[in-house]
Amino acid sequence: MTTQRTSGRRKQALAAAAVVAGLLTTAACGGGDSDGSKNGAAGFDAANNKVAQASLAKKGGTLKFGGAQDADSWDTTRGYYGFAWNFMRYYSRQLVTNKTSAGADGAKVTPDLATGLAKITDGGKTYTYTLRDGVTWEDGKPITSKDVKYGIERVWAQDVLSGGPTYLKDFLDPDGKYQGPYKDKSADHLGLKAIDTPDDKTIVFHLPKANADFEEVLALTSASPVRQDKDTKAKYTLHPFSSGPYKFASYSPGKDLTLVRNDAWKQSSDPVRKAYPDKITVKFFSNANDLDQRLINGDIDLDLNQTGMSPQGRTVALKQHKGNLDNPVSGYIRYAVFPQSVKPFDNVHCRNAVIYGADHVSLQTARGGPVAGGDIGTNMLPPSVPGAEGQKYDPFQIAGANKNGNAAKAKEELKACGKADGFSTTIAVRNNKPVEVATAQSLQASLAKVGIKAEIDQYDGSQTPGIIGSPSNVKKKGYGIIIMGWGPDFPTVQGFGLPLWDSKYISQSGNNNYALIKDKKIDGLFDQYVNTLDAGKKTEIATEINHKVMEGGYYLPFTFEKFINWRSDRLANVYTTDAYSGMYDFVNLGLKSSK
Amino acid sequence: MLAYLIRRLFAAAVMLVVIIMVVFGIFFLVPKWAGVDIATSFVGKQADPAAVQAVREKLGLSDPIFIQVWEFFKGIFVGRTYSGGGDVTHCAAPCFGYSFRSEQAVWPVLTDRFPVTLGLALGAAVLWLVLGVAAGVLSALKRGSLWDRGAMVVALSGVSLPIYFTGLLALAIFSYGLKWIDGQYVPLSESVGGWFGGMILPWITLAFLYAAMYARITRATMLEILGEDYIRTARAKGLTEQVVIGKHAMRSTMTPILTMLGMDLGALIGGAILTETTFSLPGLGQAVLNAIKNQDLPIILGVTLITSVAVLIANLVVDVLYAVIDPRVRLS
Repeated sequence: MTTQRTSGRRKQALAAAAVVAGLLTTAACGGGDSDGSKNGAAGFDAANNKVAQASLAKKGGTLKFGGAQDADSWDTTRGYYGFAWNFMRYYSRQLVTNKTSAGADGAKVTPDLATGLAKITDGGKTYTYTLRDGVTWEDGKPITSKDVKYGIERVWAQDVLSGGPTYLKDFLDPDGKYQGPYKDKSADHLGLKAIDTPDDKTIVFHLPKANADFEEVLALTSASPVRQDKDTKAKYTLHPFSSGPYKFASYSPGKDLTLVRNDAWKQSSDPVRKAYPDKITVKFFSNANDLDQRLINGDIDLDLNQTGMSPQGRTVALKQHKGNLDNPVSGYIRYAVFPQSVKPFDNVHCRNAVIYGADHVSLQTARGGPVAGGDIGTNMLPPSVPGAEGQKYDPFQIAGANKNGNAAKAKEELKACGKADGFSTTIAVRNNKPVEVATAQSLQASLAKVGIKAEIDQYDGSQTPGIIGSPSNVKKKGYGIIIMGWGPDFPTVQGFGLPLWDSKYISQSGNNNYALIKDKKIDGLFDQYVNTLDAGKKTEIATEINHKVMEGGYYLPFTFEKFINWRSDRLANVYTTDAYSGMYDFVNLGLKSSK
Repeated sequence: MLAYLIRRLFAAAVMLVVIIMVVFGIFFLVPKWAGVDIATSFVGKQADPAAVQAVREKLGLSDPIFIQVWEFFKGIFVGRTYSGGGDVTHCAAPCFGYSFRSEQAVWPVLTDRFPVTLGLALGAAVLWLVLGVAAGVLSALKRGSLWDRGAMVVALSGVSLPIYFTGLLALAIFSYGLKWIDGQYVPLSESVGGWFGGMILPWITLAFLYAAMYARITRATMLEILGEDYIRTARAKGLTEQVVIGKHAMRSTMTPILTMLGMDLGALIGGAILTETTFSLPGLGQAVLNAIKNQDLPIILGVTLITSVAVLIANLVVDVLYAVIDPRVRLS
């Protein structure tokens, strides 16, 4: 391994980047059609929580994705990246899936392989589904209930298929009695007791304990069917066998991926997918700026990763192609959290002092400002999760009167905490996230003004689970403030907050309840939530959990994160969905021309 | 000559074994000393204990280090079977390891990406050699002239400007702005024109850096040689200036140039990381960068070995070519 004879001197790089950014701005073409036109760009935010140019979608053509990062795995059992789950719907189907609708409606569950939503009996512990007629694999053979069961059983084979979400395992077999299909001694390798398949069309789930979000978890791609004779185990990621409208034609990890139509798929069997393009290509770029320029030049239709354009590309796009941009809320909250094991953060007043002392506008600016960074975060429930109140719930007046910090109130809280002269602490921040480092520096500067002296410790970001995920290490290092971010795996309070706030989820390694919250009221609300089937009541409980968390002063929210995402002039039927944290819903994207 | 070659090949093989052991130690032993369980770096976001244990079993990470090294060497010649957690994966010879990130054997990944890097390195080398040496010779012959000063200013710029600047600049002007060149890589097997179009900017960018260095070295060496007695003698004997420069001075000038070329080409074949990243070329440099980001140790190890082999071979070729170019060099 080697590099050219160049040194990576930081100043040189920054100067170079600045000059090149200027040149790129000049070189970029086009005018700013921010209002949109029929055949051109739909306009700024035209696809944000609403459908843009749906009627212009034609059958045919090649939809071109570009990405700076490949999926962690294209195996439906193993993938954990949000964009991968979104993309997997091209070649995989589930019993139920998220609606192909814009915004909050997209987060609702709708039947896919199943004829309807679950028939729930036994006090929410039994879920029964019937499969549709005409659902097939890419070789034309019918998809059976046993294929669905086998696909779900693969989640238990963590020793071979690691990496993906394990909610199904936790919900159906919390004691871990089943060993997974590869160690299953039964002749058909379908020994998981929690799932029955009385015939090829029926599948019955038996939960040891009711869980109100079980159907949301079944909508994750990890619940996709897999056919036993096509299961290549760990290598399945290289060529998953399709149950959806497209199938793998070629895949070279980190280079490119091509999907073509699955001729065995029948539109009549699929109420969800429209399958507009004939072909879908993905090209991976190692230079994010190059990717953005290719988007702007029209060589590529959209970014596979959906994590927003780079600062350079964003500047050009906002200036000259605003009509091609959407600015959705990502579903992520960026925040600081206070571990109660580190003194004086065991005292709520000291925690509150940090919240009041922080300059929230400065923190928002460090995150990228209101457009690229997001709205100032005022509480801990992402706006995309049912029960969230957005900026309307702002108990600390973070986006209101105290948005630039309230030194007087902070000092009052310090006095109540018994630290009238302030205190010293350490801010832990990942060293591979420059924006997080910038927020740590911003927080450090504003806290200094109220007498809180904070040192910044930039730890190895790749070792996060072992460093801040270890409560004993956090205490040993004196990390009073940890900078982090979190998004929901599925858009409910359970999908977002359970690992963060429920005391049962405190663990000695890979812990995510960094604040070490042990609040019986919060635990009780989560227990109540999982046993509640009524959507309205679930929403109420979610709101209450959020309030309890904020009242504890465990978190200082920075932003309700937003992205700037690009959609090309060629795209039609474009919309963002809360199901995938504000990304465009890939599966029903169309092109305006079949050429 | 044959004995010399055999001696050099033997030395190269020994060097390669040492390199493998050192690199293997860096990746598999040093983390162990630092208390890091490298099995965790092979699994994804959910570091399930069962997954970590299966990786430990598959890679034999609990075995003594010398057994692990032996298994690695054995894999190169006879292949290797990884088994653990109820899954068996065979890696055919030559097995340089197995990436549990992409679920691919390392060797096919390397051979798939190698032609891109080779094409980049060779194309750029032709350009920088022709332009750099020609500019250096002309500058030496026209010392102090406007040409000399101009060429050396350009050369200084080439040495000073990093690839990530000149590369982005070239893309901004010729690809995004003027749209003369698409700039996206197309495999040679798909389209010769497309391949050339995708490679021309990386070649020029890379050659600009190296040509500048070669021009400066050529100029300095040529000036030194032009002052040598045997050049004066050649001129005194009435030989034409073309023969003096072309036949006598150039031969000696080429010796250090050739040494540099061997090292540079060898190193570039291991992956021109900055160039491949800037132009999104799917070569070894891009592969190793992705592997570093993903902590994909087997790929990093594989590319490191490819680089070592390339440098060793290039040096061997250079040593042999010395004798051809410069008769004063004796192979002993």
